[in-house]
Amino acid sequence: MGITAILFWFLTALALVSALMVLLSKNPVHSVLWLIAVFFAISGHYILLNAQFLAIVNLIVYAGAIMVLFLFVIMLMNLNKETEPKKNWMMKIAGAVSGGCLLMVLVSLVKQATEMNGKIALTKEGNIGLIENLGKALFSDFVVPFEISSVLFLSAMVGAVVIGKK
Amino acid sequence: MPIQYYIYLALTLFSIGIIGVLIRRNAIIVFMCIELMLNSVNLLLVAFSKMHHAAALVTDKATSVGIDGQLFVFFIMVVAAAEVSVGLAIIVMMYRNTHSVDVNFLNRLKN
Repeated sequence: MGITAILFWFLTALALVSALMVLLSKNPVHSVLWLIAVFFAISGHYILLNAQFLAIVNLIVYAGAIMVLFLFVIMLMNLNKETEPKKNWMMKIAGAVSGGCLLMVLVSLVKQATEMNGKIALTKEGNIGLIENLGKALFSDFVVPFEISSVLFLSAMVGAVVIGKK
Repeated sequence: MPIQYYIYLALTLFSIGIIGVLIRRNAIIVFMCIELMLNSVNLLLVAFSKMHHAAALVTDKATSVGIDGQLFVFFIMVVAAAEVSVGLAIIVMMYRNTHSVDVNFLNRLKN
């Protein structure tokens, strides 16, 4: 087992355990911290796939900006204690069972897809994930979506301020 | 790495996100589970882009096949950031009105 496989399994285990802890922890602040661990694991996967730009953007945008926003909102609401009331156990079990059924159906679907057999995702090689190539594509082929996304950001900013001001 | 490993990882993360949306009642944690689902899809897109790149590298050494998958991930992150800012503003506004973020209390649009 090479270093790539060891890193892959370590990051996979970290992502899955942290994702489960997001659901299971009672304190919302702990959930946010576990979600940051998930984002770090996914960034590690991006680096393993040689998608360096996305790894850095994932860390800056998700683990940096979005999670700080979540933490600020949680602290603003003073939710850092157990505020959820006792919930219905039947509903929890039904939710877990239906999610597990969805997972089972999707996994069996992937198992039957024979055209996936033998395909590999290139790790450590390939230079499409580097900033140079992505930047060239972003500012030549994808320049219209890029500009539209800036308009989207502006409207989201205006919307957040208008909703928050009332 | 075989592509199936990445598919199974992304499917499991996605299902954990769905289970979280179904069983938790805190609106902020429901929101975080939606972020988890978006991230699992991002991981799958990057893995598929590298899969197609590996297939195209065999014939052409300087190919850039698969670069649009990674740009889709970039745009998904952009949309997710906009969505989070508006969604958290809505949650804060609801908390001001009802002093609760329990989604079972937020099931009516009126008042």
